[in-house]
Amino acid sequence: MSQPASLPLVASLLDAPLPVSGIAWLDAARQENRAAFAAGGLPDTRVEAWKYTVLRGLGQRSFASGDAAAQTRAVDASTLLLPGVDGVRLVFVNGEFRADLSALGELPAGLSVQPLSRALQTDAEPLRFALSRHYRDVGDAFAQINAASAGDGVVLRVAAHAKIQRPVHLVFVGAEAELAWHARNVIELGEGAQLSLVEQHLGSGEPSQLATVVSDIALREGAQLHHVTLQAASTGMNLIRRSSMRLHARAQATMHVLELGGALVRHDLHAELVGDAAQLHTRGVFMPHGRQHVDTQLAIRHQALGTTSTSLWRGVASERGRGVFRGAIVVAPGADGSDASLSNKNLLLSPGAEIDTKPELEIYADEVKAAHGATVGQLDERSLFYLRSRGIPLAEARALLTAAFCRAVLDDLPDTALREHLSSLLIAQLPA
Amino acid sequence: MLKIENLHARVEGREILKGLSLEVNAGEVHAIMGPNGAGKSTLGNVLSGRDGYEVTAGSVTYNGIDLLALSPEARAAAGVFLAFQYPVEIPGVNNTYFLRAAFNAQLKARGESELDSMQFLKLVREKLKVMQISDELLHRAVNEGFSGGEKKRNEIFQMAVLEPQLAILDETDSGLDIDALKQVAQGVNALRSPGRAFLMITHYQRLLDYVVPDFVHVLADGRIVESGDRSLALKLEAHGYAGIGASQPAGAQA
Repeated sequence: MSQPASLPLVASLLDAPLPVSGIAWLDAARQENRAAFAAGGLPDTRVEAWKYTVLRGLGQRSFASGDAAAQTRAVDASTLLLPGVDGVRLVFVNGEFRADLSALGELPAGLSVQPLSRALQTDAEPLRFALSRHYRDVGDAFAQINAASAGDGVVLRVAAHAKIQRPVHLVFVGAEAELAWHARNVIELGEGAQLSLVEQHLGSGEPSQLATVVSDIALREGAQLHHVTLQAASTGMNLIRRSSMRLHARAQATMHVLELGGALVRHDLHAELVGDAAQLHTRGVFMPHGRQHVDTQLAIRHQALGTTSTSLWRGVASERGRGVFRGAIVVAPGADGSDASLSNKNLLLSPGAEIDTKPELEIYADEVKAAHGATVGQLDERSLFYLRSRGIPLAEARALLTAAFCRAVLDDLPDTALREHLSSLLIAQLPA
Repeated sequence: MLKIENLHARVEGREILKGLSLEVNAGEVHAIMGPNGAGKSTLGNVLSGRDGYEVTAGSVTYNGIDLLALSPEARAAAGVFLAFQYPVEIPGVNNTYFLRAAFNAQLKARGESELDSMQFLKLVREKLKVMQISDELLHRAVNEGFSGGEKKRNEIFQMAVLEPQLAILDETDSGLDIDALKQVAQGVNALRSPGRAFLMITHYQRLLDYVVPDFVHVLADGRIVESGDRSLALKLEAHGYAGIGASQPAGAQA
């Protein structure tokens, strides 16, 4: 693209004034990333990671940035409630922290959590490493504009050896207005720390928006993170998320991701297992229906001895829904004795639905156990008939089989109440 | 209870049933025997409403209603049960959950109130005793990893729970050793009652040693070519299908 800034989307995002922090390194990083976005524009389908997600339509749209009314937008408080999740909560509406909807009183010992907007005013220096990053890779457009523009998000730290009992709940609400917003999260678990995190994306008033959410997650030696993401954004939401994880020795992260909502949804999960015996377990379901486009990209790098990653993903596409999955796993030189497995099975419930899946495994180390597989299929007619012959109506039989197909993804989610709630959301999403 | 008249049916454009007629009354046990390819399984599939079977002529009346007009689930709710020749494995669906969903769906379709999980478990435990089935099967996924015998016993167990009026057993005896066969037969015999009819589709007569039928029919080339009592089955055992039904074209393998 010779003149990226001529694209309406790029022009409109560049139109917004950069947030000014008065912190020299931060303002410089914002300028730098903004300039990179202006020069590079949006990736096209020649970029491997964007091969199946065409941004042409989105590129023709314009969004105003920021929301002057973010502090007063109405949000139905009942939508913030999740079974089994009743601890600390931070709510962001159109990218801005909302103290009135959040619950930050009485933090458990060892947990420090605050909105980025506040952290930048009081103690910005610890954020310098994360926030002064320059995104330079082809395909980094949304990370660039996020780094340039995000003024709020979550800053969360768990002190070494602190075990936080109740899950911390992060909620990102896209509310009412047609606009663009950005959120930036920095999360760090100290040595031996334990945390359970529930990230929820939802909409209020069916807005058509563009949102980017970039999260940096670091797990020090022996830390354990359990991260559940429930993405139930409104149907007009273009939601681009990138999570970058670093796992040090013996750290363990388990992620459960449910992609239910949104119009164009993209999630990049980049994980580096940099310490010996680190473990990453990702599980997820994406269920594009209507005209939704949901793209999940895993990039997992094993860089140390005896590291383990398991990835178990299911896609269920119906109507004109489109799913994209790419699981790229690299076992780097020196990561001997590592174990990497990836499974992505997909169901097409309608003739107009489509799923493109691509597992990629590159191994440069010795004594590595690796397995990967991907399938795309339809509900088994024999199973459907078997259920119906016992009296179960067709729609119920389809729901039963689809839920069974997705079950493995939620099986090892430890919180029963949350697991059952998420299962019921999956079933509710199925076409009648 | 069941009246099949001049039934013609095709699968993939090929005519398999060619004018089959049969009448079954409550309390009766009918055995349908015949060589491979005669249309035995097609009959079971047509009666239970499986896709891909096109009825081109004839009628099936069940308790005065047109059975062929009903969806498979509506037939089940009306009391028709098919014990599958090859029960399907359904990973991820718990056997008990499945059976309760089926049981309650039938109750709902009939306008009766559904059972909660406690009530249903009580019912299931009673039936397990009658069927002599280990309750370990209940905790597994539907038929997943079951042996051939376990699958067939699970079919009979489902039948015991769902209490159909008309039970169609499609080659339930195939692939069973003699002990499993006896257990399955015992289950079927326990369910015989004046209000219930059975249609047993089988290739061999050995099941009929244990479940004694009231009537035996020979199905060949898509039609009933001979009917009789149990002695007909013994005659088949002794002489094979060759020579049964004078009207059957020689060597029909359709």
